[in-house]
Amino acid sequence: MNWFRQLILPIEGSTLARDVDNAYLFVTLVSLFFFVLVAGLAALFVWRYRRRGPNEITPHITHNLGLEVTWTTIPLVLVMGLFFWGFYGFMRAQIAPGEAMEVQVTAKKWQWQFEYPDGMRTLNELHVPLGKPVRLVMTAEDVLHSFYVPSFRVKHDVIPNRYTEVWFEPTKAGTHQVFCTEYCGKGHSDMLAKIVVEDEQSYQKWLIEGDESMKSMPLAELGKLVWENRGCSTCHALDGTRGQGPSWKGIFGQTHKFADGASAPVDANYIRESLMEPQKHVVQGFEGIMPTYQGLLRPREVLGVIEFIKTLK
Amino acid sequence: MADVLAVPLHATHKHDASDNYLTNPRGLKSWLTTVDHKRIGIMYLWAILAAFLIGGVFALLVRIELLTPKTTIMSAETYNKMFSLHGAVMVFLFIIPSIPAALGNFALPLMLGAKDVAFPRLNLLSYYIYVVGAILGITAMVGGGIDTGWTFYTPYSSTTGGAVSLMTFAAFVLGFSSIFTGINFIATIHKLRAPGMTWYQMPLFCWSMYATAVIQVLATPVLGITLLLLIMERTFHIGIFDPKLGGDPVLFQHFFWFYSHPAVYIMIVPGMAIISELIPTFSKKSIFGYKAIGFSSIAIALLGFLVWGHHMFVAGQSQLASTLFSFLTFFVAIPSGVKVFNWLATMYRGSISLETPMLYAISFLLLFSIGGLTGLFLGMMSVDIHLHDTYFVVAHFHYVMMGGTVIAFLGGLHYWWPKMFGRMYNENLGRIACALIFVGFNATFLPQFVLGSRGMPRRYYNYLEQFQPLHQFSTFGSWILGLGLFMVAGNLLASLRKPYDAPRNPWGGRTFEWETQSPPITHNFDFDPVLKHGPYDYRPEKLPPRPGVLSPARPAGGHS
Repeated sequence: MNWFRQLILPIEGSTLARDVDNAYLFVTLVSLFFFVLVAGLAALFVWRYRRRGPNEITPHITHNLGLEVTWTTIPLVLVMGLFFWGFYGFMRAQIAPGEAMEVQVTAKKWQWQFEYPDGMRTLNELHVPLGKPVRLVMTAEDVLHSFYVPSFRVKHDVIPNRYTEVWFEPTKAGTHQVFCTEYCGKGHSDMLAKIVVEDEQSYQKWLIEGDESMKSMPLAELGKLVWENRGCSTCHALDGTRGQGPSWKGIFGQTHKFADGASAPVDANYIRESLMEPQKHVVQGFEGIMPTYQGLLRPREVLGVIEFIKTLK
Repeated sequence: MADVLAVPLHATHKHDASDNYLTNPRGLKSWLTTVDHKRIGIMYLWAILAAFLIGGVFALLVRIELLTPKTTIMSAETYNKMFSLHGAVMVFLFIIPSIPAALGNFALPLMLGAKDVAFPRLNLLSYYIYVVGAILGITAMVGGGIDTGWTFYTPYSSTTGGAVSLMTFAAFVLGFSSIFTGINFIATIHKLRAPGMTWYQMPLFCWSMYATAVIQVLATPVLGITLLLLIMERTFHIGIFDPKLGGDPVLFQHFFWFYSHPAVYIMIVPGMAIISELIPTFSKKSIFGYKAIGFSSIAIALLGFLVWGHHMFVAGQSQLASTLFSFLTFFVAIPSGVKVFNWLATMYRGSISLETPMLYAISFLLLFSIGGLTGLFLGMMSVDIHLHDTYFVVAHFHYVMMGGTVIAFLGGLHYWWPKMFGRMYNENLGRIACALIFVGFNATFLPQFVLGSRGMPRRYYNYLEQFQPLHQFSTFGSWILGLGLFMVAGNLLASLRKPYDAPRNPWGGRTFEWETQSPPITHNFDFDPVLKHGPYDYRPEKLPPRPGVLSPARPAGGHS
C-alpha cells in the first residue's frame, strides 16, 4: 500500500499523519470493496438478465427479510467503527501536549504573521525545530481564513475576535507548504506560507541571525526575495500594471502625489516610511489598505527593498 | 390487494394525440395563465434548463481558467465571481427546482391518477415567484455579481462589494417557490390519490417527493431568515454575524447549513425517486423491498436535519458538537446503502433492456455509489481535517449532485419525454450522449479526488505547479461532459420537429401516467383511473394482453 499512499497523499510530515493516512487507506479499501460489489453486480445482472424478447416473464420477488437485515447491519457496524476511528484521531489532533512551544498566528488579507515567544515576528514563514511539538494560537483581523498544512494533516479555521488552535510535531526536516483554505477574496489563493522544519541547532541559529543565505546575499537580491515572500507581490507589480497598490516599476526618484494633496519624491526615506507607517502617505487613487511592516523586517531587509526598487527601471 | 381486476385494454384505444394539453387551449396567454400542472411543469422545465445552461457555461469557464497555475483567461476577481455564480445558479435556480418542480409537477399528479395538484393556483404562483427570483438573480449577476461563493460565509459576505444583498434576496424569493411546491405536493399526495391507491401502492417516486416536500417546507424558512439577517447586516449594519459589529461568524454557518444540509437531500432524494421508477420498468420486474425504499427516503429526510455540523469540524464549533454530528452523519449511510442494494436486487432475474433512461439509471448507481462512499472519508473527523475545503470535497459533492441528481434528472427527462411531448427521440444518439456524459463526468471529477487528497484547496485561482497535470485532465474531461450534454439537448429538441409518434407506454411502465395518451389530454385521463394493480406489478396475469401475442404460460407457484 505504500506506493499508493505516496501516489495519493502528501508526504508524512507530522506525528498525526500516520493515523489519518491509515484511516484514509482503510476507507479507500472499504469503498473499493463496495464499489466493485455494486458495479460488478450491476454488470453481471445487465449481462445475465438482458432482455431476450418482449414477453419475458420475471419472478415476482417483493422482499427478503434476511437479505435486507444483512445489508443494513453489516454497513451499520462498519460505519460505527469508522466513527470511532475518526473520533480517536480527531481528539488527538485537538489536544496539544503540555510542553508544546506556543506561536501566535495572525491572519489577514492575504498574509500570515507569526509571533514567537520572545516577541520576534515573521511573515509567511515559520521556522520550527524538528521533533518538538508546536502549538499555534490563531486569530484573524478581517475575515475568516483557515490554516492548512497538508503534509502535517492539520487544518483549522482562523476567526476574528476568537482564538483557535492547531498543533503538530514535525517529523520531517525541510519546507512544508501552508495554504489558506477558507475563501477570503481576491488574494485567497496567494495567501501561502512556508513552515521550515530544521534540527535544533540550525533552528537556534536562525532565531538569532536569520537565514545564512540572506546574510551574504546582495541587497537588491534580498529585496526581491522580500518582495516575493513577505506579501509585497500580492499588491505591488513590477511591470507597471496597477494592483491593489502602485507598481514599483521606475518609481524611484519619481514624485508621488498623495491622497491628502501633498507630494514628495520616492527616495530611501519615503520607502522606509511606507513600510513602517503605510497609512501616513497613501498614493493618490489607491486605498490605504497596506499593513505595517514595523518589527517584521530585519534592518538589512529594509535596505534590500530600497535597493531592489532602485533597480526597477 | 385491489389488484384483482383486469387492466383495461389500452392497446385498443384509438391513438389521436392531436388533442392534448400542449395544444388545448392554444395561445401564449393560455400558457401564461395556465393552472395545468403539466404546463407549469413544462414552463419550469424550460426555465431550469436555461439556468443549467448558464451555470454550465460558468463551470466550463472556471475549468478553462484552471488550465494553467496562473492567469489563463480571466482575472482573480472574475474567477471568484464565476465560481460563486456557478454555485448559486446551479443550486438555487437549477438543481433544487429541477426534479420536483419540472418533472415532479408533470408526473406526480399523473402517477397518482389525479387531474391536477391540490392547489393549482398556488402552483402557478410558485412558478412566477421562481421567475421573479430568477430575474432578481440575473440582475444581481449583471449588476456587480457576487464573489462570496454560493455559501455567502460571513464576515466576508457582510463586507465585500458587489450585488450580494440582491443575490441573497433572490435566493430568499426562490425559497418561497420551493416551499409552495412542497406544500402542494404534500396536500396532493394526501388527498388526491386515485380510488384504491393506498400509501403502499403509490409509486415510490411519490414517497420520495413526499420526503422532499417535508424538507422543503421545514428547512427553507430557516435559509430565508438567515439571508434576511445577512441583508440587514449589510444594509443597516446590525451586528449579527460580523465580529466587527459584535456578531458571530460561526453562527451564520450553523444557520446556513441547518438549511443547506437538508437542501442536499432536497436535491438527491428526488434523484432517488426517479431511479426507483426506472429500474423496475426497464427490468420489467417488481421493485425489491418497496417499504424499505419508501421508508429510507423518509429516514434520509429526517436524519438530514441532524447532521449539518459535519460541515464545520474545523470551523470552530465545540468538539462535543463535532463528535455528535459525525456520529449522526454515519447513520445517513445506512438508508442510502439500503436503496442501492434494493435497486440492484430489483435487477436480479429481471428482463433488463438498456434503453437510454436505464443507461442513466445504471450511471446513477455507479456514480452515486462513489459519491456516497467518498462521504465516509469526510464523515470521519480525523480524515475530514485533512480533506475539508479541498478538491476532495468538490469532487465528492459533484458525484452526489451531478453524478446523482443531474444524471437521474436526465434519466427522468428521457423517460417522460415521450409522455411530455408525444415524440420519441433518437435512441442511439441518446445512448451515445449518455456514455459521453458518463466518461466526461468521471474524467472531470475523479482527478479532483486525488488533487484534494494531495492538498489542493478549493476556490483557488492560482495554484502550485505540481497540481497542473490533474487540473488539465479535469478540464479536458469537462469538455467531453459539455459535448455530451450538448448532444442531449440536440437530440431531445430535434424530436420536437417530428409528428407525434410516441405510444402510450413506450417502456412498459406500470404506473398511471403510461395508461393515458402521449401527450396526455388536458384533464390527464380519458378514463377513470382506478387502481387495479401495484405500481411495479409485472406478474403475467396482471399485464395487459398484447394483440397478436398468445398469453404466456404462468410460472409455477405464482400468487398474489
